[in-house]
Amino acid sequence: MRRLVPLFKALTSQRSPQRFMDTNTQRLLHTFSALADLGQEIAAAGDFDEMLRTSFHLLLGSLAIRRGAVAEYERELGSVRFVAARGLGESLTGPLALSTDHARRLSSLGSSISLADAGKEAERFLEEHKDAFASVEIDLVLPLVVREELIGLVLLGEKATGEKFTDEDLEVLSALSRHIGVGIRSHRLLDEVGHKAAENLRLYEGLRAIYKETVRAFAAAIDIKDRYTQGHSVRVGKYSEIIAREMGWADEEVEGITIAGYLHDIGKLIVDLSVINSPDRFNAKEQKEMNRHPYAGYEILSPISHPYADIPLMARYHHERLDGNGYPDGLKGDQIPPGAKIVTLADSFDAMTTDRPYRKKLPLEDVLEDFRANTGTQFDPEVVCAFCRAFLKEIEGSKERRLLNLINRNYSNVERLSPMLSQMLSEFDGGGTQTASAAGH
Amino acid sequence: MSDTGESSVQARSVGDAAIIYASDYLNKLSGERIERECKRQLESGHRTLIINFRDTEIVNSIGVSILVGVIDAAEKSTARLIFSDVNNHTAELFQMLGLTRHVSLVSSEDEALSLVSEAQP
Repeated sequence: MRRLVPLFKALTSQRSPQRFMDTNTQRLLHTFSALADLGQEIAAAGDFDEMLRTSFHLLLGSLAIRRGAVAEYERELGSVRFVAARGLGESLTGPLALSTDHARRLSSLGSSISLADAGKEAERFLEEHKDAFASVEIDLVLPLVVREELIGLVLLGEKATGEKFTDEDLEVLSALSRHIGVGIRSHRLLDEVGHKAAENLRLYEGLRAIYKETVRAFAAAIDIKDRYTQGHSVRVGKYSEIIAREMGWADEEVEGITIAGYLHDIGKLIVDLSVINSPDRFNAKEQKEMNRHPYAGYEILSPISHPYADIPLMARYHHERLDGNGYPDGLKGDQIPPGAKIVTLADSFDAMTTDRPYRKKLPLEDVLEDFRANTGTQFDPEVVCAFCRAFLKEIEGSKERRLLNLINRNYSNVERLSPMLSQMLSEFDGGGTQTASAAGH
Repeated sequence: MSDTGESSVQARSVGDAAIIYASDYLNKLSGERIERECKRQLESGHRTLIINFRDTEIVNSIGVSILVGVIDAAEKSTARLIFSDVNNHTAELFQMLGLTRHVSLVSSEDEALSLVSEAQP
C-alpha cells in the first residue's frame, strides 16, 4: 500500500547497525500492510474476479505461501468452484463435490483445518478429496464462513520458509480469509439483488404490456357497440400517441395518453344503443343522451387504479373546447388538461376522416381547414402544430410512417398536403393565443 | 539495456544470465510486469535470472506473492534466481518470509555476475 511507504521510511530511519527492527515488529507491519491493502481492494472492488485474485495474492504474500486456491461454495450445485489459484498448475481446476452436510460441518468448525491432522468432523470431506489435495501439495484448508454460512474455502500449501504454520500465522490467515469471505458474500448479494431487480423489471414490463393489450382489447369492444365507428378508439389512441411524442412527452406519459385515447369513449357503453347506431344526425334528445358519455366515462374509469395519471380526466374532458363552449363542464383554455386537448384533436381527426351514417368522410384538405378555422377556439394551437409537424415529417420521408399508415387506409396522395401543413405551422407555431402546457399534465 | 515495451521493465542479458530491474515499489502492477518479464527470459533460454532491486524501496504482500511465483517458475525451469541490491529492510523481509531459502541474495549486480561465472564449468 503506497500510503504506508512513509511509515516504512520512518521505521527504517531508526534502524540500528545490526537490524532496524525486530522480526516480530517487521512481521506485524508486513501483515498489517497486507490487511490494509486487502480492505482497500475489497472496498474498491470494480471487477470481482480481479478483486479475488488480488486479495488472494495478498493472503499468500502475507506469509510467502507457495501455492493455494480460493474456491466458492455453490450450494445449489453441491460443489466448490475454484475462483483464484496460484502455483497449482492445471491439476486442481474443476469443481469439487461438497454436500450440504459437509458444508454444514465445515462452517460449524469455522477455523483452519490442517490436512495432516484433520479432526473427525472434517474427515469425510477431506477424505473424499484427499488425492486431489495431495497432488497439489495442499496442507491447510480454511473454511470461509460469514454469518454461519459457508461461503467457500481457502486451500493453502507450504510457506516459503518450509516451517509449519504457527498459531499466529493461522490468526493472520483467518483474518485475511474473513475479508475474502465477506467480499465474496457481498458480491453474491449484489448479484442476487441485481437479478431480482431485473426480474421485477421484466415482470413489471410484462404487466404493463398485458394492461395495454387488455385496454386495447377493451377499446375494440367499446367500438363494436357502434357499428359506424369500429376501430375508432384504437385509432384515437394511436393518433394521441403520435401527437404526444411529437410534443416531446416522456415515454411513460406517451403510454398514458395512448391508453387515454383507447378509453376516451368508454362512457358510450351506457348510452342507449339506438342513439349510438342512429343512421341520422342526432336530434336534441339524442344529442343530450350522447353528451352523457364523457362524464359517464369518467365515472367508469375513476374507481380504477391506472398506472398512468389522469386517464379518467382525459375521458371526461375530451369534448371540452378552449373557448368554453364544450361539454360536460364548459372548461376554458388551461383549465383543460393538456392530455384531454390531445385526445380532442385525435378524436376529431378520426371522426372527420371516417364515414358516418349521415355523411361520408371529409377530404383531408377540409379536415385541415377545419383545424385551421377552429385552432384557438376548439383546438389548442400547440397540439395542432404537433400534429402538423408529425404529418409533415412523415410526408417528407421520416422512417416512421405511423400516421400515414393510418391515414392511407382511406386516402391517397397525401403528399399534396405538404404546403398546407407548412402554412398552418407558420401560422400557429408559437403564435397561438392559447397554448397547451406540457408541464402539469 | 533494453526496455521491454508494454511492461516497461528494464532488462538486459549478460551471457546466460538475464538481469531484470525492479521498480521503486513492488506492488501488483509492477510485480506482474516483472513476473511476465522473468517468464519471458526463462522461455528465451536464460538459466540464471538476476533481479536487481537497486531502485526498490518497498515490497508489499502482493510483491512477495509474485516473487514466490517467480521462484516457482525458476525452479520448474531449473534456473537459478539471484536477488541483488536489496535494501536492508527488504532483505530482512525476504529472510523472515523464507524467500532467501530459494534465492541467493547478493549486494551488487557485479557480485551476482561473479556468482554466475563461478558456477560455470
